[in-house]
Amino acid sequence: MSILILAEHDGSQLNPATAKTISCAAAIGGAIDVLVLGDAIDSVAAQAASLQGVNRVLATSAPHLAAPLAVNHAAELAAAADGYSHLLGPSSTYGKDVIPHAAALLGVNQVSDIMAVDGPRAFKRPIYAGNAIVDVNVPDDQIVVGTARTASWKAASDGGSGSVEARPAAAEAAAHTRFVGLESGGGDRPDLQTADVVVSGGRALGSSENFELIYRLADKLGAGVGASRAAVDAGYVPNDMQVGQTGKIIAPDLYLAVGISGAIQHLTGIKDAGTIVAVNKDADAPIFEIADIGLVGDLFSVVPELEQLLD
Amino acid sequence: MKILVGIKRAVDYNVRIRVRSDGSGVETDGVKMSINPFDEIALEEALRIKEAGKAEEVIVVSIGGDEVQQQLRTGLAMGADRAIQVNTDEALQPLTVARIFAALAEQEHAGIVFLGKQAIDDDSNQVGQMTAAVWGRPQATFASKVDIDGASARVTREVDAGLETIEIDLPAVITSDLRLNEPRFVKLPDIMKAKRKPLDVVTIDALGGHAGNGISAGHHAAPDARSRGIMVEDAAALVGELKNRGLL
Repeated sequence: MSILILAEHDGSQLNPATAKTISCAAAIGGAIDVLVLGDAIDSVAAQAASLQGVNRVLATSAPHLAAPLAVNHAAELAAAADGYSHLLGPSSTYGKDVIPHAAALLGVNQVSDIMAVDGPRAFKRPIYAGNAIVDVNVPDDQIVVGTARTASWKAASDGGSGSVEARPAAAEAAAHTRFVGLESGGGDRPDLQTADVVVSGGRALGSSENFELIYRLADKLGAGVGASRAAVDAGYVPNDMQVGQTGKIIAPDLYLAVGISGAIQHLTGIKDAGTIVAVNKDADAPIFEIADIGLVGDLFSVVPELEQLLD
Repeated sequence: MKILVGIKRAVDYNVRIRVRSDGSGVETDGVKMSINPFDEIALEEALRIKEAGKAEEVIVVSIGGDEVQQQLRTGLAMGADRAIQVNTDEALQPLTVARIFAALAEQEHAGIVFLGKQAIDDDSNQVGQMTAAVWGRPQATFASKVDIDGASARVTREVDAGLETIEIDLPAVITSDLRLNEPRFVKLPDIMKAKRKPLDVVTIDALGGHAGNGISAGHHAAPDARSRGIMVEDAAALVGELKNRGLL
């Protein structure tokens, strides 16, 4: 068995989703290679080679691969798949964009969001927004193509010593698709999807000005900042901060939900978190049903107190 | 330009999902079924493009037995011009569905195949990407803004890092994210009018047939539940508890 993993990166830094996908691959077993696609990606390739469990990094550098366009990246991935028993990527928006396209080029179906490995071709994955877990099996006559649900896997650690090989691009740029630009949402704070600590605010904040309370607390904790769908819909924060079934599914070590009642769709996005803390003035809020530590109180007094205590 | 919109019949998003006690699947008997919400958004966007004078016809397509005619009629009531039912009693896998859409797109000379980014039942998030691959045309997934400009489209996509904008030549596949628009409500006169709109029934065999061995699904289980933890009195007690647990 041998597994090829599609690396995710921003041109200079390897995305931690890649190290998580490697853990999924390690649970399957066999040699693990990583494919890095981009332009001038020596540093990213070296980062991938230093991850525990990586045998070999294939680095394909070409100007038309600099932007993460699915048509171009899927063509390279499908071309590199020959000889591998498995092809995996992270279930990030990048992986979800590229991997199914590559699977179709290879003429096979894809296993989405692998959360557990029962055997080389047997997996568990969530359906119905995580309200059911199904066992799936991939037939023996085909390559296994899948995405690893990043919230289900711990990142592989550093300390590996894989080799790096250049692999020439197999396909030309697709003329019909052009990258225009990326407007990033985050700013300086830790990335919501990979932060160890996340503080989220809900509709109870009442305004985008009041959301400043959440930012200040997060900065004290070195945390990423998220929000409930209600807070996003109310216009307090942009949508890329949304945590939940229709936003981001995250698994930080510590999650603080402030002024969030705990709609099912939000809980779906946080149920793999290590410790969940809830602050809400309604003692009957559903968030307390799943919180490890709950505090009934007015966020407008509790949050400033917390901030002071953390000084 | 014609726009082909895929609409899947799925368990309504307000239904509380229960796994059958024998693990054979999710309970769907007597459960409310609707158009998959992401597909409804795709249809709404297609209708707006037509209303802006940038498309002549919107065709809704659903795959399944006669029960999917209910969702097709809803799509027609929303404003689609005609409907196609791809008749089958089997649950098809994404690659077969993609081949069906690609074949229909060719047959109809569609300018856009508009789909939801995923169905809220199996949550696969694959059909749009696979349709683009099979059809050999561009894909713009997770769209939150679509501007049609002659023979191309500028699409803003919701990605983990923020908002990405790409430009694609038509024909192309676009999949909708949640915030692309808010679908219209259907009015009673429109439901009456929809009954007179054409609805064709075609077979899978006429559209390229099945795509090899699929992935098989076995046992279904309810997810592990988190349990209720402890309550603390105030901010100081919370900080103390977090320190005790080594989290601060």
